Amino acid sequence: MLASAVKVFSNGQNFLRLLEGLWMTLKLSAAAVSLSLFFGFIVGLLMLSSRKTVRTSTRFYLETIRIVPVLTFLFLFYYLLSRTFKINLESVTVVLLTFTLWGTAEIADLVRGAFTSIPRHQKESGLAVGLTDLQVQLHIIAPQAARRLAPGVVNLVTRMIKTTSLVFFIGIPELVTVSQQVVEVAAYQHNRPAAFWIYGLVFLFYFIVCWPISKISKSLEKRCLY
Amino acid sequence: MELSYIVKFAPAFLKAIVLTAELAALGIAAALALGAAAAVAIYHRTPALDKLASAYVELARNTPLMIQLFFLYFGLPRAGVRLDAATCAVIGLAFLGGGYMAESIRGGLEAVGKSQIESGLCIGLTRLQLMRHVVWPQALAAAMPSLSANAIFLIKETSVFSVVALADIMYVANDLMMEGHSNETNLMMVTAYLVLIFPVSLICSWGEKKVRSAGFGG
Repeated sequence: MLASAVKVFSNGQNFLRLLEGLWMTLKLSAAAVSLSLFFGFIVGLLMLSSRKTVRTSTRFYLETIRIVPVLTFLFLFYYLLSRTFKINLESVTVVLLTFTLWGTAEIADLVRGAFTSIPRHQKESGLAVGLTDLQVQLHIIAPQAARRLAPGVVNLVTRMIKTTSLVFFIGIPELVTVSQQVVEVAAYQHNRPAAFWIYGLVFLFYFIVCWPISKISKSLEKRCLY
Repeated sequence: MELSYIVKFAPAFLKAIVLTAELAALGIAAALALGAAAAVAIYHRTPALDKLASAYVELARNTPLMIQLFFLYFGLPRAGVRLDAATCAVIGLAFLGGGYMAESIRGGLEAVGKSQIESGLCIGLTRLQLMRHVVWPQALAAAMPSLSANAIFLIKETSVFSVVALADIMYVANDLMMEGHSNETNLMMVTAYLVLIFPVSLICSWGEKKVRSAGFGG
């Protein structure tokens, strides 16, 4: 059994191809996370706005994103944009669009939560000792909010990485797509059942990437409790 | 937008909703059981079992459901274990969900104050009575928001079930997409998820209110 595993991995450039797939997964995740962070901060701050219309509309955006699976949005954009609006985007663009839309909502909610969790007296004390509004925000609220924000954001990174497995449905050559190709080739060309080892290895790949990040999130969480 | 098209294929989506709901319900129930068992092992520091439970939780939380399903459905038969698609889906969902539920329940258990436990022991409760009447009610109340968030998350995760050839909502949508009429299909797909998830979300917020009364001083 183990010999068959070695054969499957050393066959052609299977192992190398899987690593390339993993690289694609990581690139997609990194791009989606960066975009989501940027827009998430903006939307998150909008959620704290004193205008009711702004708060209601951002809230509506968040709840809509939350109640429907990401895969549904992926399908929606993939087919809706091309067929109905005749906008033909590359599938990578569609993926980034979908993931950013989803990630932005998640980060925005984390930002909102982090800022509202700072006790009121922090701001009041700052003003009382004669700091200006901007100074209070910059030196008192923001640093504390950032500390509370960190674990959630890091946790979202692992969720992003895991969720990129969905892009398999629209055929981007990332880890899942490549692993399926490898399994199929092994089955038809060499009549070799590779599914067990290949999917086992891919399982391990995801774990090796996500586990340390989860650990970081946990240790940040502990450090935030004071 | 063609109404006749929607009428024609609405039953297919209805069937998919029922199938998705059934699998999700079974998976979530199993995930709760598995999660509770793992949380108990970790909370009570049961020798050996707690290490096993922690390893399981990390493994379940850090890998995508799709790969878990691929492994169960395509990988395991190579090692001589053959499961049908629905069983794979439920096992996969329970495996993934168990990790998340365990974390929530453990968090709830650890949120119960030390003074609560000490007071309970002081007035002469046995360990079992203490857990049954003092710790668990409060732990569940504390864990409820994240448990219901997990339940909704797991229902959404069912969207990948089509990879093991189960006719769930995404599978039907994908099928119809090939026929054209993507607007109508998109509408039905999104509606199907709303029909499935919205009631659960309502029940969850009702449940949260209900158990909040069990919280100490709440």
